[in-house]
Amino acid sequence: MTGNAETMLAPPDEAGIAAAVSAAHAAREPIAVEGNGSKRGLLRPVQAARTLSTRGLTGITLYRPAELVLSARAGTPIPEIEAALAEKGQHLIAEPPDTRALFGSDRPATLGGIVAANLSGPRRIAWGAMRDHVLGIRFVNGAGEVLRSGGRVLKNVTGLDLCKLLAGSYGTLGVMTEVTLKVLPAPQTQATIGVRVADVAAGVRALAAGLGSPYGVSGAALVPAGASPGGPAETVAFLRIADFAPSVAYRTARLAEDLAPHGEVRIAEEAESRALWAAIRDALPLGPSAEEAVWRVSVRPSAGPGVVEAARAIGGRAFLDWGGGLAWVAGPARAEAHDAIAAAAAASGGTCTLFRAPESLRLAVAVLPEEAPPLAAIARRVKAALDPAGILNPGRMRAGF
Amino acid sequence: MIALPAPKPEILARREEIVAALRALVPGDGVISDATRLKPYETDGLAAYRQVPLAVVLPRTTEQVAAVLRYCHGNGVRVVPRGAGTSLSGGALPMADAVVVGLMRMNRIIDIDLDDRFAVVEAGVTNIGITNAVSGDGFFYAPDPSSQLACMIGGNVMMNSGGAHCLKYGVTANNLLGVKFVTIEGEVIDIGGAHLDAAGYDWLGLITGSEGQLGMVTEVTVRILRGPEGARAMLAAFKGTEIAGAAVDAIIASGIIPVALEFMDKPCIHACEAFAHAGYPLDAEAMLIIEVEGSTEEQDELLARIKAICERFDPISLKVAESAEQSLAIWKGRKGAFGAVGRISPDYLCMDGTIPTSELPFVLKRIGEMSTQYGLAVANVFHAGDGNLHPLIMFDANDPDSFRRAESFGADILRLCVEVGGCLTGEHGVGVEKRDLMNVQFTARELDQQRAIKTAFDPQWLLNPSKVFPLEGDPVPQAAE
Repeated sequence: MTGNAETMLAPPDEAGIAAAVSAAHAAREPIAVEGNGSKRGLLRPVQAARTLSTRGLTGITLYRPAELVLSARAGTPIPEIEAALAEKGQHLIAEPPDTRALFGSDRPATLGGIVAANLSGPRRIAWGAMRDHVLGIRFVNGAGEVLRSGGRVLKNVTGLDLCKLLAGSYGTLGVMTEVTLKVLPAPQTQATIGVRVADVAAGVRALAAGLGSPYGVSGAALVPAGASPGGPAETVAFLRIADFAPSVAYRTARLAEDLAPHGEVRIAEEAESRALWAAIRDALPLGPSAEEAVWRVSVRPSAGPGVVEAARAIGGRAFLDWGGGLAWVAGPARAEAHDAIAAAAAASGGTCTLFRAPESLRLAVAVLPEEAPPLAAIARRVKAALDPAGILNPGRMRAGF
Repeated sequence: MIALPAPKPEILARREEIVAALRALVPGDGVISDATRLKPYETDGLAAYRQVPLAVVLPRTTEQVAAVLRYCHGNGVRVVPRGAGTSLSGGALPMADAVVVGLMRMNRIIDIDLDDRFAVVEAGVTNIGITNAVSGDGFFYAPDPSSQLACMIGGNVMMNSGGAHCLKYGVTANNLLGVKFVTIEGEVIDIGGAHLDAAGYDWLGLITGSEGQLGMVTEVTVRILRGPEGARAMLAAFKGTEIAGAAVDAIIASGIIPVALEFMDKPCIHACEAFAHAGYPLDAEAMLIIEVEGSTEEQDELLARIKAICERFDPISLKVAESAEQSLAIWKGRKGAFGAVGRISPDYLCMDGTIPTSELPFVLKRIGEMSTQYGLAVANVFHAGDGNLHPLIMFDANDPDSFRRAESFGADILRLCVEVGGCLTGEHGVGVEKRDLMNVQFTARELDQQRAIKTAFDPQWLLNPSKVFPLEGDPVPQAAE
């Protein structure tokens, strides 16, 4: 288990992180790497006697609203960054989920943690993932060396892009100490068109119609009947328009008209719209019980209904975001259920992450799809290039890795 | 001049045998070995550097690419991947002992899916070819490098190409879903697909912009987007570069993200005007082209907001296009900028650093001083929203001293970009051109880390040799000329 307080190191600065990793490297002692530990329940548990946390590295180090860049130390809590951005009318482009409710954590995610997990919310469909907006990182590799990749400018193709490699690597390739992000102005207002549809497939068609329209849809989700325990018994496709007020009014009206053939249309104004998308972002419609497992499945949008079917077949439930391309699934925490969801993802060439489950299941199954053998061989060599002694988060993503 | 390593004599000596082996792998006319037909491949968009390769192979299938790479790996033969050869950084410059693997015959569009909004194309399809294939349905492929009529999507992936519209739509990396990747060992690996997020390491992100150092890409899956209802441009000219810079800041601060925000300095305005007669104001020190999208009413609304902002900065001229034709006229000069400079100078180097936008006035002032010091004219055109500078340094290729000065001038500009917090290259790539400046931006350890990752993909360092990494740190020693 990670996060044993007695063996947790939380140095106050990058030099402290580097010293801790150097010592672990020299001793060939595995360490569990985390920020606030809010996503310890994600993927596999790390077998390590010590935990190294970046939670001591906090604070925004650079924020230039006119240049659309913000840098912060890796342990800076996401809400602190969101508040600083909101003060200048800007926001985090990828709209990362707040997973506190899912993981029952009382501590907010850190910037380093969100980037290391490459977690993005509804806006990903229109504006890109967390990894798309990482302009630069400072990190400590597995040998304890402090390195940089990228920088603080919006366009940069100088050298190999280690920012993207480290984003989504769950602390297995390096310990990020500072991250620079591209940020954008937050739209002045928003509204959501809800379309009551006959079934999931019809809902995805409505989302495709919206995303294929010229109106700049910035959120496209589908909540099927029965997605929530005790939730509404109707299937609704939701499409968000966010922009300056006159544009929102105009585009919402036009899009509602275009979508009318797909089902009964209802428009949610600003406050209701915001609350709806915060819930979708945080996977709240699933309302999983403590014993249930949660999967996050990324497929081509038209394959979304197949994943919902697979969820129902295991006695679970699901809802869709990203136009149908992201399925959040809740169901029984059993290996057969996991295999069924993973197979549904693979059937359309997509991927599946066991997002939350009791530790026994997380240890028993492949929480991420296996890579093809030639790619797995490259992965081992890349891991060795960054973490030669294999001390950073061993087993976090895959057993024996 | 940038040093290139001496060719391996043992490879040159085996030329006939290598060509024969390649012919067996790529039958028909897919292997070029005679001097006349090799000539067109001796250079790319960085025409000051030339080297005829050992041979050129033009495969038609992924299997052929894999077979060629497997053979080269087994025989220690270096490989230079090539798309259309439009690289401005010498990213496709051949070596005398290297086989150029050109992807231009792999130019099929494999699948277009409007419901799931992606297209699968072979690597040799041109950038504009993707948009052309979907524009009838109102869709487009967003990254639009200025070479988009010629450049190929495989090259775009390898260089992570940008364009004038990436402030809103992002660069290649932000618009890719998957690739068919061929390793130097000849393994074919499908990375990504038609879905958005990878589970596990972001190989797609690492490969994009890797400049042919890690492997080759033969098939690409890109996102296609539905175009807006319309787009329109305006022109704003100012008395000083600082004033124009402040106007850019104010536009961004107002919450508007224009789809394009281009900046031209006085020499560039003059060159473009003489070439395109676009009606640019010749007394301005700086000019912005600003484009917005939406319905006609939305365009009106946004352009009015931007116009009001610009009016606070005492503009010399403000011209809002009232039709698509007027919009094209405003863009005409900018789109022809490189050709325009080519008309007033026999040769020019197109630089590509990025700076924090707040440093723009200082950087332009310094570039002006350097221009005097080197005795070479320079015109600046600039993606203002994202800080990506394109100084065009004019020189005369027939005068070796003029070329040497131009190279030094360019290097000084890039050093300046790094000094003020920017980087060596925003979208053209390091290639051979900026290779020896990598030490300016990165520490030795940082470069060694990148080299170690390359080694994980290409243990013998056969892929695109002498590019990106300074030669002295090469783990596989090469004798420099």
